[in-house]
Amino acid sequence: MARDLEQYLRPGLATAFCPGCGDGILLGLILRAIDELEINIDDMLFVSGIGCAGWIPSPNFNADTLHALHGRTIPFATGAKMFNPKLQVLVISGDGDLADIGGNHLIHGARRNIDLTVILANNFLYGMTGGQVACTTPKGAFTMTTTEGNPYRPFDLCKLVSAAGATYVARYSVTQPFPLISSIKKALQTRGFSFIEVLSPCPTQFGRRNQLGNPTDMIESLLDRCIMKEETEGLSPEELEGKIVTGEFSDGGN
Amino acid sequence: MKSVLSPGSYYFSGDEAIAEGAIAARCGYFAGYPITPASEIIERISIRFKEVGGVFIQMEDEIASICSIIGASWAGARAMTATSGPGFSLMQEGIGHAIMTETPIVVVDVQRAGPGLGQATRPASGDIMQAKWGSHSDREIIAICPWSVQEAYDQTINTFNLAEKYRVPVFLLTEEAIGHLRERMEIREDVEILERKKNPGAAPFGTEEGDGVPPMPAFGEKEKLLVTSSTHNDYGMRKTDDPLVQARLVSRLYSKIMNNREKIIDYDAYFMEDADVVVVCYGFTARSSLFAIEEMRGAGGKVGMLRLKTLWPFPDRLVKDIGSKAKKILVPEMNMGQIAGEVMKYASCDVISYPQTNGEVIHPNTIIEQLRRLV
Repeated sequence: MARDLEQYLRPGLATAFCPGCGDGILLGLILRAIDELEINIDDMLFVSGIGCAGWIPSPNFNADTLHALHGRTIPFATGAKMFNPKLQVLVISGDGDLADIGGNHLIHGARRNIDLTVILANNFLYGMTGGQVACTTPKGAFTMTTTEGNPYRPFDLCKLVSAAGATYVARYSVTQPFPLISSIKKALQTRGFSFIEVLSPCPTQFGRRNQLGNPTDMIESLLDRCIMKEETEGLSPEELEGKIVTGEFSDGGN
Repeated sequence: MKSVLSPGSYYFSGDEAIAEGAIAARCGYFAGYPITPASEIIERISIRFKEVGGVFIQMEDEIASICSIIGASWAGARAMTATSGPGFSLMQEGIGHAIMTETPIVVVDVQRAGPGLGQATRPASGDIMQAKWGSHSDREIIAICPWSVQEAYDQTINTFNLAEKYRVPVFLLTEEAIGHLRERMEIREDVEILERKKNPGAAPFGTEEGDGVPPMPAFGEKEKLLVTSSTHNDYGMRKTDDPLVQARLVSRLYSKIMNNREKIIDYDAYFMEDADVVVVCYGFTARSSLFAIEEMRGAGGKVGMLRLKTLWPFPDRLVKDIGSKAKKILVPEMNMGQIAGEVMKYASCDVISYPQTNGEVIHPNTIIEQLRRLV
């Protein structure tokens, strides 16, 4: 299987990701979804943002890629898709890019419900620039710019994008590979705006500063904390404390 | 190619003429955001594109507008946006991206009095230097300045051709006074349309040949494009720590415009044969200047006028030549002397700047008064 996926990768490239980064896992899962759907990658356009997750498609994917300005992936993608609707456009970027600097474009993309698929790799902070606080950093978490703990609440991105009108909205962790592959397939087949928030561990910046242990510990923590939406029924607030609810939150088109 | 509107006389505002010029130039994608005094352009485009078959979208801001036209240009569109000062400021990072990725786009700036919000319904020419230097680091672009509604139409068509030919953002720098001016103009039967240069398989971001402009494929043509405004090699692969690739790319982006500037630059000269005093002007101010020059000539004054149609690349050789023949050059403009400073760089004679930034056009009598002091 892994060898089959090499056909989608530009030859001769080394990974840009740190050891233990979730983005490499996500890269593989996206390609598995494309492969299982038998989409011709030459019919796709990958729009990548600035930051670690932007490196998932560009330059790695052996297809048309557009490396956008910081925060502006969705406007770039909108222009390409509106002019050539035959392009299957997949936006891949991080939380800082899509939700902080690009937050306005994210909600307007969802509101217009343009036929784009957006995969947001959430590592809970700005990884590439050295680990600064983002709009997704949990309250109290330590980052380069919140050395006494983040004083603010994070966005619930799925609620935000659902409320803005996206057709398909889901959240999964890279530790839930099979539901995530299914979700990516569903998102790619959705007509309208589809959005998946993917939790992706960052041992180098987030793990180190918050004493979350080694990469294996972070993966195990996600395995423990992520529960499916359907499993939350009947659980008390105490039992839900510290859990991350995953699954599909908006599925209007399917 | 045939004109879209049937040939004949029309009574348009400058903004309407720009919209019709874009349609005549086969603009396929227009994204914009409302702003005075450019809103009439998106208004007309939004209606007319339904009739002629273009894609129009009103985006959430000017940043989104400029980014979406870059995306559309790479999808194969002749793409455009239109704005004014504050919106032009917001677009600058995107313009820098288009310069580095060699994306043909047309940006109309209907200049209003600034800085800041300034006076939204009042004319100025305050964005000339912003057009040249508005984003970080070096940049070479093309900027055209029309002086009439007719020229707003004709030059809009020209900006699309220049953008495609040189793979660069091209600005139509007009002023509120032209955007909202209504006058008669002619539409001819034929429109010259320059198509994008294609060469499947060739390097899309480098060439050693000809004019220094590589061919440009579009998304969906199986070229597996890498489009990035990071420093990149001829095939678009990021090379963010290679000094040779950085130097070579920046040098080519500069020289593809500067080495071709004699082909790009356009101007009109009036009464220049024996002129001692020359008015160098552009845009609406050239209308007042021509009136003043004709008055002065009637009274026997040896005055002439150079009207710049192309502001960037700046006509350095032309101004140098004029500066070696004339005794004095007067540069009246609706800013604090942005083009006067350029004229001073190249003209060896005395250069007198007449700046006016009161949000009003420069009256012909004002120019006559200035000229009388110099003749």
